[in-house]
Amino acid sequence: MNRRSWFYRGMRDGMPIAIGYFAVAFALGIKASIAHFSAPMAALLSLLNVTSAGEAAGIALISAGTTYVELAFTQLVINIRYLLMSCSLSQKLSPSTSLLHRFLIGYGVTDEIFGISSATQGTLSPYYSYGAIAVAVPGWTLGTFLGAAMGNVLPARASSALGVALYAMFLAIILPPARKSRVLAGLVAISMAASALLTALTRLLSLTWLTEGFRIILLTLLISFGAALLFPVREEGGEVCV
Amino acid sequence: MRVENLLLAILLMAGVTYLIRVLPLVLIRREIKNRTVRSFLYYVPYVTLSVMTFPAMLSATSTTLSALAALAVAVVLGLRGCKLPVVAGAACLAVLLVEFLPL
Repeated sequence: MNRRSWFYRGMRDGMPIAIGYFAVAFALGIKASIAHFSAPMAALLSLLNVTSAGEAAGIALISAGTTYVELAFTQLVINIRYLLMSCSLSQKLSPSTSLLHRFLIGYGVTDEIFGISSATQGTLSPYYSYGAIAVAVPGWTLGTFLGAAMGNVLPARASSALGVALYAMFLAIILPPARKSRVLAGLVAISMAASALLTALTRLLSLTWLTEGFRIILLTLLISFGAALLFPVREEGGEVCV
Repeated sequence: MRVENLLLAILLMAGVTYLIRVLPLVLIRREIKNRTVRSFLYYVPYVTLSVMTFPAMLSATSTTLSALAALAVAVVLGLRGCKLPVVAGAACLAVLLVEFLPL
């Protein structure tokens, strides 16, 4: 297959992702506008970051008041999964792939684009990634812009409804693998319980220093490290990278 | 330093996130060997997304009841392996239905 057909195939596979991104980004845009982001700023946030969980946490932190250090560290912890995905993708690229291609592909490593890229046959053509990025990122950015611009004029019930879209998407990402693995199922349950407990404790004891971002970092580091020690993953090539 | 410049904050977030994505592609050509590090990285997304979703999802709507309905719908459809847009859309619909019901 030549460059052009890889690009078109990436666009084709990226289309459902673009539609899904649009809906989720619209909800994110509403969150951004509530946090007093202008629509162009919200769109810029999405264009440059392309990460639902990271952007949602960033918006929450910025609106609650945060420091640059906390903001950067939160992005590092929340988005560290991309590190693993990029590790996996680096194995899927032909070793002769140029540095420029590697720099460009890196921009588009999201959960979903990583998913379709890993599923392609043989080595990954950079043009497949570019095709997927070319449709998915505009969907993400435009959705955020419109959500931020029009979120305020939506009826309260509609914006209330869209507010759960992001969380529903997160559940759709973590639950299918959790169903197949007892360890992951237990991990999800423990994480949610610990999060609820710590949130309640924060409110009960008025621990204002224990911000949402800090809670996410703390629990992620502790629980993931504990799980890594108790249940080290098997040494099989693809297993840890899905 | 407190965040005062929004543009700077956005650029900082984007810089950190881009580095995470691009560094392995540019630097690491071999698989990570350390088992604990690999395991830790494997578990991180599940823990992060779980912690972010609960209990925050419960206060994402106008009423806790509608949020609970959305949570239930998302859990059931998520466990069935439905596609992301389907789960997200159904959860939104659940909120609309519950908030329109005269309870």
